[in-house]
Amino acid sequence: MITIDNLYKRFDKLEVLKGVSLSIDKGKTAVIIGPSGSGKTTLLRCLNLLEMPDKGTITLGDKTLQITENSRLKQGEIVSFRKQTGMVFQSYNLFPHLTAIENVMEGQVTVLKRSKDEARKKALSLLEKVGLQDRADMYPFQLSGGQQQRVGIARAMAMDPEVLLFDEPTSALDPELVGEVLKVMKDLANEGMTMVVVTHEMKFASEAADQVIFMDDGVVVEKGTPDEVFNATKNPRTMQFLNKVAER
Amino acid sequence: MFGDERTERIIGILSDSFFPILKAGLQFTIPLTLITFSLGLILAFFTAVARISGFKPLVLLTRFYVWIFRGTPLLVQLFIIFYGLPSVGITLDPFMAAVIVFTLNKGAYSSEIIRAAIQSINKGQWEAAFSIGMTKSQAMKRIVLPQAIRVSLPPLGNSFISLVKDTSLAATITVTELFQKGQQIAAVTYEPLWLYIEVAFIYLIFSTVLSYLQDKLEIRYGRGVAK
Ligand SMILES: Nc1ncnc2c1ncn2[C@@H]1O[C@H](COP(=O)(O)OP(=O)(O)OP(=O)(O)O)[C@@H](O)[C@H]1O
Ligand SMILES: [Mg+2]
Repeated sequence: MITIDNLYKRFDKLEVLKGVSLSIDKGKTAVIIGPSGSGKTTLLRCLNLLEMPDKGTITLGDKTLQITENSRLKQGEIVSFRKQTGMVFQSYNLFPHLTAIENVMEGQVTVLKRSKDEARKKALSLLEKVGLQDRADMYPFQLSGGQQQRVGIARAMAMDPEVLLFDEPTSALDPELVGEVLKVMKDLANEGMTMVVVTHEMKFASEAADQVIFMDDGVVVEKGTPDEVFNATKNPRTMQFLNKVAER
Repeated sequence: MFGDERTERIIGILSDSFFPILKAGLQFTIPLTLITFSLGLILAFFTAVARISGFKPLVLLTRFYVWIFRGTPLLVQLFIIFYGLPSVGITLDPFMAAVIVFTLNKGAYSSEIIRAAIQSINKGQWEAAFSIGMTKSQAMKRIVLPQAIRVSLPPLGNSFISLVKDTSLAATITVTELFQKGQQIAAVTYEPLWLYIEVAFIYLIFSTVLSYLQDKLEIRYGRGVAK
């Protein structure tokens, strides 16, 4: 489903991704963990081309992008590749001038050219799925962080993406609101959605992930099942990181 | 303060002149304001977009344009276009000249307002729009502009109201707008104090109505903002 091969990305002099390779099967959930600054966000943003990688190969669904230092993608190519992904942001980034349901309808109408009725129907069923059907007509500022994030998930789902990308979806939330968002994510994982999740929620990782990927300093240090990474790792960098997280 | 006769004469002059002055306002001041504001907004929008496009020639061109029109007095711009251009064979009708100058001038100022408003919208809004598959122009039209309009309405509204008043400068190039009409009547009745107060009063009516419209618009575009 997703294959990344030898991906590089630098910002000016700072090399952030130094040859990242990984693959994720259809219907599986991969959780990416790693210390701050290790390149997790950058990797996720390279996957949907919000950030253009310098070189490497990304395969997503039936599309393969071979990027070299002098490839220059057209907007159309970027958009059609990106349409296979949906993204959920740490700071939600809901559209503040639109109600919850309008947020979920917007891309369907503008991008997928669905009729308003069709889009509304789909939006309502997605809002119901994330437990917010009764908040459909509220504006983002009237919703709690957890509710906003669930609208964010519905907005991404509305585009029928092949894969959902989550960048620390719960780290801006008050602790008591984290659970409701993770629950929605677990449901999606169980339904066979392909997901890539950057998170510090180790409990979620061990319960919902099919694969845990540990990144440090721009490379994938270790990957495996949650059990392999959390309980049986022999890698000193992984152990050090897990110990640090456990102390918090 | 005055004898009864004087008072009566002033009241007579003011009531006789009220409708002619108001008419000049409705015939020239208001159309000039509305036309130049609309054209100015269109010009401002394209200037702002060109300015943030990052395309070097366009950026330089728009910066030059804004630099010229913000850096020189409106009155001087009017004189150059109306009194100056005929010497190179371009003669413009006064109203036309006023429309051109006010449009270019407003366009320059408003483009800076619009540019600042667009740039004030959080980068995350663009990214969220891109993440659901929008192109740059879709993201601009559907997500960024509606929010930028809300941000720019108060300053644009203020500049709209100052335009109503600035149009009085068109009197200097022989447009018989509101102020010019008042001047003409003051010159023959020898009651400048009362006539100019009357002129001021009519401007006040115009700007009050326009502020009211501005409030309505701000409410309409205030969707989704905590009160
Ligand atoms: N647009 C950018 N321009 C310059 N440097 C950047 C940019 N984006 C990220 N970086 C740098 O790249 C490095 C990796 O950043 P990234 O956000 O991918 O890390 P992360 O693993 O997501 O960290 P965190 O856990 O703190 O979110 C950091 O040093 C960061 O400062
Ligand atoms: Mg990050």
